[in-house]
Amino acid sequence: METVTMTLTSQPELFLECYNVTPDQFAGKSLAEIAALPAHEGKIQWKLGDFFKFDGKAGETAADTKIVVNGDVRRMKRFGQKMSAGEIVINNDTDMYIGGWMTGGKITVKGNADSFLGIAMEGGEILIEGDAQNHVGSAYRGDWRGMSGGLIRVKGKAGNDIGTAMTGGTIIIEGDAFIHVLTHAEGGTVIIKGDVEGRVGGQMVKGDAYIFGNILYPLPGFKKIATVEKEVDGATYTFDQFIGDLGERKTKKKGEIIYGNIYLKK
Amino acid sequence: MPKVIENVGCPYCGCSCDDVRVTVSDDGKDILEVENVCAIGTEIFKHGCSKDRIKLPRMRQPDGSMKDISYEEAIDWTARHLLKAKKPLMYGFGSTNCEGQAAAARVMEIAGGMLDNCATICHGPSFLAIFDNGYPTCTLGEVKNRADVIVYWGSNPAHAHPRHMSRYSIFPRGFFTGKGQKKRTVIVIDPRFTDTANVADYHLQIKQGHDYELFNAFRMVIQGHGNDLPDEVAGVKKEQILEVAEIMKNARFGTVFFGMGLTHSDGRNHNIDIAISLTRDLNKVSKWTIMAMRGHYNITGPGVVWSWTFGFPYCLDLTKQNHAHMNPGETSSVDMAMRDEVDMFINIGTDAGAHFPIPAVKHLKKHPWVTIDPSINMASEISDLHIPVCICGVDVGGIVYRMDNVPIQFRKVIEPPEGVMDDETLLNKIADRMEELKAKGEA
Ligand code: SF4
Repeated sequence: METVTMTLTSQPELFLECYNVTPDQFAGKSLAEIAALPAHEGKIQWKLGDFFKFDGKAGETAADTKIVVNGDVRRMKRFGQKMSAGEIVINNDTDMYIGGWMTGGKITVKGNADSFLGIAMEGGEILIEGDAQNHVGSAYRGDWRGMSGGLIRVKGKAGNDIGTAMTGGTIIIEGDAFIHVLTHAEGGTVIIKGDVEGRVGGQMVKGDAYIFGNILYPLPGFKKIATVEKEVDGATYTFDQFIGDLGERKTKKKGEIIYGNIYLKK
Repeated sequence: MPKVIENVGCPYCGCSCDDVRVTVSDDGKDILEVENVCAIGTEIFKHGCSKDRIKLPRMRQPDGSMKDISYEEAIDWTARHLLKAKKPLMYGFGSTNCEGQAAAARVMEIAGGMLDNCATICHGPSFLAIFDNGYPTCTLGEVKNRADVIVYWGSNPAHAHPRHMSRYSIFPRGFFTGKGQKKRTVIVIDPRFTDTANVADYHLQIKQGHDYELFNAFRMVIQGHGNDLPDEVAGVKKEQILEVAEIMKNARFGTVFFGMGLTHSDGRNHNIDIAISLTRDLNKVSKWTIMAMRGHYNITGPGVVWSWTFGFPYCLDLTKQNHAHMNPGETSSVDMAMRDEVDMFINIGTDAGAHFPIPAVKHLKKHPWVTIDPSINMASEISDLHIPVCICGVDVGGIVYRMDNVPIQFRKVIEPPEGVMDDETLLNKIADRMEELKAKGEA
């Protein structure tokens, strides 16, 4: 795998949209061509080279290209948007839409990520070593399809709307989360290793939430049916299993009603 | 002879009452009497003929004072700054007509900026829920003529929409509701015992911020899982939930009116989303509709006008010139201001100075700030440029969308102060000037 290292040389006055920073866009290009790729600050179209200096070499294909981002990129959004393969490592905090609509490859952020992390993601892997804000693996506004595949792991905490309208894939939040986990979900798995304030599984048709800590305000739409042992993220634990949302429409498979599940660690 | 003008629209709250009678002086400059209007509505007409109206644009001087300038200078200054800014934001439109809102769309498309309306701090979450879950709504006329069960959830019309209950929902006698209030059941769901709760048959005193749970509980009952409910949900007893759910199920025609209590407590769009889901559930057993209690008389307007222009009702990002983008949280005025993401601000027909959080105002204040408003307000007083305009519904007419998306033609009742432009003319002149500057290569 070849590596391109991009180092911040000047800060934008507002926020810079780095939608072209993906292995797909960099692959097969010379450093000069990469530096000439557009990026937007409001209505001004700049070149990536106006803000970053580039070293190394891009691979022939996306899968063969790794991008390392250095410098304070807190005012830069959309890294890894729509990427399909390869790798991005961001050695700092970063802004919104990291890995939005991505279909493959891996993104590591060695700091915090802002909102809309991995929205409508279809595949690949995102690792955030710090915290994430709101709308992790959710749907874009008005879309009924949130994250449908892949893995998002946030080592810190997250805000609201974790996996809203999710249909597949896995989100792991190792810290606490605020409200709205798997709201409107039709599939997928969310694991919260800390506490959640409430609204887990509201309007959920299908999907699995594993909560290791407490749910401060559980929804009335869930009913306890069993105590089960489950393997989650590499270890086995005992959980109380709740089914719901009993207020939401339900689908049937082979004559059996399918419910969403909340597994609450004992 | 003083002239009486009938069927005038009141340019104040979302009720957009269009049955006002205004008596105007001989010379058409003074309003002598206003009838069929509530106390807040009266004020707006009085203000319209006040002798203290601002008649010329005012520009901030280096010493901090304001100096009168001509409209031409103000238009040129605004056009040049809009072209120069990387990401200008125009926000407001609580109080102007659709013609002005359409002209604003033209301005911001040429400027390549952000365009947002007061829904962003008001019923924006309702739009998001409507995107996600549909909008089984109706008109206020249908409510008046058909509804026998009325729910006010997180809204207090007794104060915010003074004639809502008397004109549309509780008291009027309609075609199928000839007995008026006597045959209507009114349910108010609010953490406070409001003046609206005072006229209700049922008041569910919900725990603040837990509406989502209570909606979930009602949906459980409608789906036949009432027995599985805990003894209390969101501070409301199970028996009371079951009783009210029964009334809802047996309604001939019900309407849920919701307000800021849902859009501005935790969960925001999700509170409306689940309210819409409940409305849908209720339609399996009865006939139910839902409606947002929009705040201003034409705040529904920009949502309608910009949806047909750009495809989105608010929080528009037009910076890319060839497509519009919208994602509240990123493209919403307050979020952008808090993050210091815009470099010019136009406040029009609202008062961001009073309504935005102080850190947001401080960020905006670092950049050029224009206020377009008939009145002196907090925004105008911290602006670099204040451009006065006509008051829609008083000295200029226009199309207005009522809270139920019904368009109403508002009228002009008096002559505007001499020389004062209306929003549409002013904004089109700014757009023309920008086109001129672009053509000359000065941008
Ligand atoms: S209820 Fe609203 S629209 Fe009607 S008169 Fe009062 S302020 Fe005006």
